[in-house]
Amino acid sequence: MTVTDNATEHERVVLHADEVWKSYDRGAITVLKGTSFKALEGQTVALCGPSGCGKSTLLHLFGGLDTPDQGRVFVNGIEVNRQRNLLKLLRHEVGFVFQLHNLIPDLTLEENCLIPTVAAGIDRQIAHERLLHLTERTGLRHRLGQRIQKLSGGERQRTALCRALMNKPKILLADEPTGSLDEEISARVFALLLELVATEGVTLLMATHDRGLAERCDRLLEMRDGKIYEPAYAR
Amino acid sequence: MIFVKLVWTNMERHRIRSFISIAGIAFSVAAMLTVVTILQGAVGMFSSILSSDSEIIVFERNVSDLFFSSVPQSAADAIAKWPTVSHADPVLFGVVSSASNPIITCFGVTAGDPRMRQATWIAGDRTNFGQHVDDVVLGERAAEFLGAKLDSHVPIGHATFHVIGIVKTANGFEDGGVFMPLVSAQSFFHKQGSSSVITIKLRTKDDVTAFKSRVKSNFGNLIALENSEFNRTYSQFKILKATAWAVGGCGLLLGAFGVANTMIMSVFTRIREIAILRVNGFSHVQVGSIIFGESALISLLGALAGLALGSCFLFALKLIPALHGYVDSTIHPLILLIVIALALLTGIAGALYPAIYAMRIRAVEALRFE
Repeated sequence: MTVTDNATEHERVVLHADEVWKSYDRGAITVLKGTSFKALEGQTVALCGPSGCGKSTLLHLFGGLDTPDQGRVFVNGIEVNRQRNLLKLLRHEVGFVFQLHNLIPDLTLEENCLIPTVAAGIDRQIAHERLLHLTERTGLRHRLGQRIQKLSGGERQRTALCRALMNKPKILLADEPTGSLDEEISARVFALLLELVATEGVTLLMATHDRGLAERCDRLLEMRDGKIYEPAYAR
Repeated sequence: MIFVKLVWTNMERHRIRSFISIAGIAFSVAAMLTVVTILQGAVGMFSSILSSDSEIIVFERNVSDLFFSSVPQSAADAIAKWPTVSHADPVLFGVVSSASNPIITCFGVTAGDPRMRQATWIAGDRTNFGQHVDDVVLGERAAEFLGAKLDSHVPIGHATFHVIGIVKTANGFEDGGVFMPLVSAQSFFHKQGSSSVITIKLRTKDDVTAFKSRVKSNFGNLIALENSEFNRTYSQFKILKATAWAVGGCGLLLGAFGVANTMIMSVFTRIREIAILRVNGFSHVQVGSIIFGESALISLLGALAGLALGSCFLFALKLIPALHGYVDSTIHPLILLIVIALALLTGIAGALYPAIYAMRIRAVEALRFE
């Protein structure tokens, strides 16, 4: 029995993978083998498992960056694999944070954070207010004009976090968000991540190797042999 | 602003490569501008010879080159007597060579010809023109390259002529040409009793249509065209203009390959960046716009540099004494607009494949790209 099985009628499913299959190299490597999964609104969900088990693939499917071979993927009740939904999904529904910060090095912190608002055509004034709010929360406000090269690893990852939350997404997909940071910085960035998703009311789906971090989420799922298992676990 | 910065940043990152592309477009634009302007200038000069104090030109129907046109003297005499005609001036064109000059343009004209009246006489007296068959008047530059002075004798073609005047005109063809009495030119070029064209000045411009109809009905083998009409339809002008644009176009085509190469490299070096933009909600069109924007910026900078370069080149050509009067360095605004538009189109065409490639980049794969 899983948490979603116990969902009441007031709790809403925001992420839903239904019997999803995904393989690479023309079927030579199958990473998802009929994977099914649901996450409720506001939950923080950690996906653990060995490298190559399909954690990132599942995140990419929910973000519309990849398509399943079989099965269906829903975000907020809408099937992802429809081209017309993808832009709306990436602009307003989901935010991504990667292991490598994936910031544009020639732009400043401010400009990097504003990229999603430019893509979505959000009013500059509103975007700027949001930027100030998020950078205040993440302690980056004094670094707004800095180029990415001049930021530390932790600052870069916090910038990536700000960027992911700029358009107020309902879901944050984090792929090893602290994987490139040392233990101390990693703990601080993760604490900030949890604090932000809690206050912003965002659902977090995070792929991680770090069980210590994973255990701080509402749910800890394990991926093995292309399927998701939810061990008996309570926070 | 970020959009503009994304365009600008990539150019700045690869300064040398961008500079080479800009230089490629600039040289193409300069070449096109120079060739087109020189040929337009040449065409303009030739047509200005014909339009000197006249608005209509009469010549043999269906000839591809005015040098081969033959208009009977009787036609010129008859037309001159029509009441609507102010004056009709037969002109015979011929090309000869001298010892040191392979091409000298000769104009067989009457004593009262407007070209003789309007020229500035540096030496000699206009009233003496046409009194003797071996008399010639030289353009200033022709006198210079033939080493002739007033009253000297110069060998032109198979004969020797007596120089009775030297004139200065603003027209390169006239300045480098020889004016002979019409009768002398007819004999010299074996075209007795004919001229190449008749230039017509009407008493009122309202009579143009009636005049053209009358020429058609009275002289079936002749055609009368207004100067502007002639400039548009004369096949030699069309060939020259087409050649100029074709040569310039080839230059721009090479420029387009340069832009395409730059933009392909640009896309390859920013695959990961494009993926980041896609993940953050940039549409295919927005990604394509960045590529086209960069290409358009390169083309625009190239076009501006090319205009400056071409203008300098035309100015320098104008300073060369041998080309005096042949090069009109005035750049027509329409040519300017066409050249800039072509340069921008070149840039866009060059960015077409790279932009399509960029739009097709799959973010999930590109994010793994190092």
